[in-house]
Formats: sequence, C-alpha cells, structure tokens
Amino acid sequence: MWSRRQGRLRPTVCGVEELRRRRREREAALRKARREQQLVSKRLLRNDAPEEAGEGCVAAILGETEVQQFLRQAQRGTEEKEREGALVSLRRGLQHPETQQTFIRLEGSMRTLVGLLTSNQALLQLEAARCLHELSHSEQSTVAEACLPATSYLLTYLSSHSSDFIELCLYTLGNLIVESEAVRRQLLPQGIVPALAACIQSPHVAVLEALGYALSQLLQAEEAPEKIIPSSILASTLPQHMLQMLQPGPKLNPGVAVEFAWCLHYIICSQVSNPLLIGHGALSTLGLLLLDLAGAVQKTEDAGLELLACPVLRCLSNLLTEAAVETVGGQMQLRDERVVAALFILLQFFFQKQPSLLPEGLWLLNNLTANSPSFCTSLLSLDLIEPLLQLLPVSNVVSVMVLTVLCNVAEKGPAYCQRLWPGPLLPALLHTLAFSDTEVVGQSLELLHLLFLYQPEAVQVFLQQSGLQALERHQEEAQLQDRVYALQQTALQG
Amino acid sequence: MQLPPALCARLAAGPGAAEPLPVERDPAAGAAPFRFVARPVRFPREHQFFEDGDVQRHLYLQDVIMQVADVPEKPRVPAFACQVAGCCQVFDALDDYEHHYHTLHGNVCSFCKRAFPSGHLLDAHILEWHDSLFQILSERQDMYQCLVEGCTEKFKTSRDRKDHMVRMHLYPADFRFDKPKKSRSPASAEAPGDSGERSEGEAMEICSEPVAASPAPAGERRIYRHRSVSELFLKPVLNMCSVLRILGCTWAAALLILNSERIPSTICFGQGAARGFKSNKKKTKQC
Repeated sequence: MWSRRQGRLRPTVCGVEELRRRRREREAALRKARREQQLVSKRLLRNDAPEEAGEGCVAAILGETEVQQFLRQAQRGTEEKEREGALVSLRRGLQHPETQQTFIRLEGSMRTLVGLLTSNQALLQLEAARCLHELSHSEQSTVAEACLPATSYLLTYLSSHSSDFIELCLYTLGNLIVESEAVRRQLLPQGIVPALAACIQSPHVAVLEALGYALSQLLQAEEAPEKIIPSSILASTLPQHMLQMLQPGPKLNPGVAVEFAWCLHYIICSQVSNPLLIGHGALSTLGLLLLDLAGAVQKTEDAGLELLACPVLRCLSNLLTEAAVETVGGQMQLRDERVVAALFILLQFFFQKQPSLLPEGLWLLNNLTANSPSFCTSLLSLDLIEPLLQLLPVSNVVSVMVLTVLCNVAEKGPAYCQRLWPGPLLPALLHTLAFSDTEVVGQSLELLHLLFLYQPEAVQVFLQQSGLQALERHQEEAQLQDRVYALQQTALQG
Repeated sequence: MQLPPALCARLAAGPGAAEPLPVERDPAAGAAPFRFVARPVRFPREHQFFEDGDVQRHLYLQDVIMQVADVPEKPRVPAFACQVAGCCQVFDALDDYEHHYHTLHGNVCSFCKRAFPSGHLLDAHILEWHDSLFQILSERQDMYQCLVEGCTEKFKTSRDRKDHMVRMHLYPADFRFDKPKKSRSPASAEAPGDSGERSEGEAMEICSEPVAASPAPAGERRIYRHRSVSELFLKPVLNMCSVLRILGCTWAAALLILNSERIPSTICFGQGAARGFKSNKKKTKQC
C-alpha cells in the first residue's frame, strides 16, 4: 500500500546544486506569492521529455504560418497519421509561450481545436486535448482564458469512458479553474461540481488523483468559502466520497489521498459546515488515517508521506475546535490514545525530515490535550514529556507550542504536576528562561506558576538552581514584568 | 528526538483510552497576572501559520511532470482491426484501441450511427430523435431534459432547452451534442451555417450521408426498448469477444456485452443494419 512513490521529479541534465538552487528560488517565489494571496500553481502532464540536451529534438517556436498550416493539416488532412502528426507538431510548439500567444491571436484557431477535440477520430481527440492542456498550463491569463470555449466539452467528456482522456480533461480543467474568478464564474454554472461528483465513482486511480487535483484547485479559490462550498460542494455527495478515499486499507492510494486530504482541509478551514463532516465520520476516518501514517513512517524511508500528513493534521486540529465534537460525541470518536502515540511518531519523523512541519503537529497536540484529561494522562503514562522537551531548541515557535502543551497538562491539577516533577522539566524551564524571545519566556512563566502552585516542593529546587537570577533578567520587560514579580514573590515566600 | 521504545508497541496494540488522572483546579491558577487558559486553537485558511505547509504543497504540484520512464510503455500487439461493422481502423496497441472503441463504438445510436461521449447523452438522443412516444408526450408536457449534469429542468421544446443551457449554464449556442433534430430531407438545413459547421470535424458522425431518422408509427418503436439479445445479435458479439479475450482484453469483451443493451436486439453486426428493423415502412438505406 505505501510502496515507494514513483520519482516524479525530472532528472534533468543539470547537477544537484543547480536543482537545489532552482528549488530555493521557487520556494522563495511561492512564499512571496502566498503573502500576496496569489498562490497559484498548475500541473503539467507531458508524455515526452522536451528539453533533453543532445537529443536534438528541442521543440521549436512556431510562427503564425506554421500554426495555421498544422491546424489545416489536422482538420482536413486525408491520412489519419498525417493529421495526428500535425497536431503532435502543434502540441510541441505550444510548449513555448510565444507559440501560445501566436495561437490565441490567430482567428478561428480555438474553434478549430475544439472541432478536433469533438471529432470522431479518437487519437485526434487525444492530441487536441493535449494541445489544450498545454495552453491551460500557461501563466498568461490571456492564453488560459482563451481555452474557455472548450470547457463545456471538457465537462461533457468527464462522463465518457476513456480513462486517459478523462484524466487529461481533469488536469486541464484544474489548471483553468485556478486561473481566475472569471473562469470559475463560467465553470460553476456549467455544472462542474455535479460533473466531478459523477466522475468520482471511477475505479481508475489516475482519474481519481486528477479529480482530487481539480477539486482542490476549486476549493482553494478565494471565493470558495462563500460561493462554492456551501451551495455546491456540501450539497453534493462529494464530502462522503472524499472521506472514503481517505479510509486506510488496501485500497488507499497515497497520490489520491494527498489530493483529497487537501480538498478536505480547504473545506474544513473555511468553517462552513464542519458539524456536517463530523457527522459523516470525518474524525474517526482521519484518526485512523493518522495511525496508518505513523505505521507507514516507521516502515519506509519515504519522504513523500509528509505531503499527506500535513493536511490530515490540519483537518483534525481544526475539527477538534468544533463545539459539535463534544455534543455529537465526536470526542468519543477520538479518545483512542494511539492517536497520541501516532502523533509523536510523526513528530519524530518531522524532526528528522521536515522540521517546518513541527508546529503543525504540535498544534494538533495542543488541541488534543487542551480539554482532555485522558490525553494529558496518556502523555504522562506513555513517557512523552521528555521527547517533547527535546523539541525545545528547534525554534521559538516550536518552544512556545511545547510549553503550551505542557501547560495544558499542568493546569489540570496536582495529580498531573506530581508526574511532571522531579524530572527534566525544571531544568528545561530554567533553560528557556534564558531565551530572549518574549513569548517563549512568557509561556515559561505561566508553566512555572502552575508548577509552583500544584507542586510547591519545586520552588526550593528552583531557588537552588539560580532561578531567581534567571527571573531577574526579565524584570524590565513590559510584557513580562507582572508575572516575573509574582513568581519572585512566590519563590521568596515558599 | 528519542521516543520511548514502548511507543511503537502501543501503536500496534488495540484501541484504548487512558484512565484520566483526577482533575483538581485551584482558582489561583488563572488569577492575574497569569493568563493561561487551555483551549483548542483554530486557524483560518489564510493564516500565516500555514505558510510552510502550503509552500510545500505547491512545490509538489509544480514538480509533477510525467516522465517517459514512469509511464509504462504501451504494450504493442500484432496489428488487428476493429471488428465493428463498417469500421476499418487498425491498431497495434490496446490503449489506442480502448480509446477508439469508447469514442466511436461505445455509445452509438443504433438508428443513425451517431456516437456520443456518454450513455447519458446517448439516451437523451434516442429519446428525442427516435422515439415517437416521446414526441407525443412532449406535446402535452415538458419532456426535453437539460443536458447538464445535475440539472433537472425540463422543457417543452429543444429550442427552449437550448436557450436554457445557453442562458443558465453558459453553454455554447452551437454545442455539438445538442443538435436540433433534422428534418427528413437532408437538403433542408435548420440553421444557416449548419453545413459550414459540418466540415469542421463534425461531431461523431460515422455515416457519410446524413441519415434522416424517419418517425415510425406509434406502436412500433416500443420494440427497440425490449432488451433481450437475439440469436442474430449474439454470434458476432461472441466472435468479437473471443478476439478480445485472446488479446487479453477481457474488459473490452465485457464492455461489448454491456453495450449491447443499447443496440436493439433486432440489429445485427456486419450484415447491414437495415435488415434488423421489423418494419414494413420504407426506410432510407442505412450504411
């Protein structure tokens, strides 16, 4: 089930350093885009490697005459192979933005392409669809929007039977969806949501993955929480099917699951109708999936699992904040302490492979432990306090979250604090008090306060280990003064 | 980060919740200046907290470029021809054949040979073009169903339906799978520019001549609804099936049997469709 994912990064001719540099550049660009709320990514399916150096078959930019010629050949050629060949040449040319611009400026070109898309020659259809796909991938809005006349047909073909073709249509639609609100304003009345809901019954894994991709693009749209999710998505059978795709078992496909987990995340964090999802069993499905992930992490060295872990953690964390969790008995669904064990296994995995995801894992831990004496007890009985403390040096954000989780445990009373001391906690706190970050120190003070309150013996040891000096360092800090003073008083009186 | 060795065992063991330790809060715990309150936190979609995970997700999306090596080579087989009557396409790869079959022969109207992308559209077509009962009923009630998936609106005429699809669903006015029913004589085109359209890779026409589907007297059409498979029909289907099975193509064989439902029992393969109709009415020649 969790077999090694096929390597999907292209092995280009350039070296590893070059790849790393490109990746860093792209990452920086993505961060910038996200901060500007312009995070748009498209997927490209291409069956031949276009720029292999030395092969000599680099696709050339096509001029207007050539484009016209290829279109005419494809449309009116006598030999089938000739027609197909013309479209293949066109498609290769369309890999270049210049050719794309030339194409869309040519009168009647899209009309011809759509005609070929709906023709009675199956292979012509496929090639025409591939041309359309190249166009849909363009970063230029004008090019992508030029594909609009084809959308009603792309949607119609989603209920056809050829899985390759459906897959291509779905990726093309996914690329178009993310292009602009104008495009979505056309696709929604054209029935994209019911078409996707019908298509989700397909047994083909490739189709499902493509569908998940298209759907995730739709749900990521800015207007989705108001205009798309409440009316279309939640009214359809999509949520139930999505959850089915996420159920662990022999049928679970990682590529498909990743897409639908992200879909679910976009729906849940829109906070439109989460009780409905809880009613469909989202919590227990996701909980079981988390267990499954932890099991997989232990078995394989696969670095692709965090792509699935991230949205699953987010979904669970956000769902746990719903009031319905208490009333609908949702908390019951998620009482299994294996969830805590699984989470820590994932935290360790993140620590080694993807530290940037530690905050998300700790977020779930916070939401699990905040109102649950049972989970807090599990932390103690499974000996997880020390591993938690080992995360403190990672970053300030992580430190604050670790300390928050510890506060969740400590605030439950003396029975809990007794298990926190003696032990590594106090030395760790003395260490974090030396941090300069105000939030870290502030959270440390909160934890100290709880510890002193419920476990007064700790005060003495605190004093012996130069605790007062550690506190003094922050006496002048506006946000910390009051609490520092209060603790100093407690320590001196104790 | 070191995990206790018993943790993996706990994961592997059965479900269970820890018996919670007794909770006993002192009011002084939340007293000023201390302000900690244990509470679950929620983050809305645009929150900065999600930045790292989102960036990774998008890097993944952008990285997906299918490699030639990843896509398994199309298995090649000795060249074979499509066995459907009147179709002479030759293939040397099963994938190509699959796509061809689905596109051209998958949802074919037995009366006029038009192929449709889905069973849904084919059913609508048969109903509206070849069923005289439909014609009669449509005089009294709204029978033309909207073709968009998920829309249940019905209309009195196909014109009204088209208007609806254009206005409400933003479909193109010349949507290729919603041609208005042709009149008997092929010379009379409905709309200007109709014949002009035809030359642009006409949708799914297999017959070279436009076939006028002549309306038959009321009682007769019901024959086509009878789903049993007659002997005349079964034999060529089975021949085709064995060819396909030899090619290891059992799905296509199964498909053939399933799709046979669409084709009236009175139609037989390879022998000229016209023979099947038990009608004494004169028919235009089928190809």
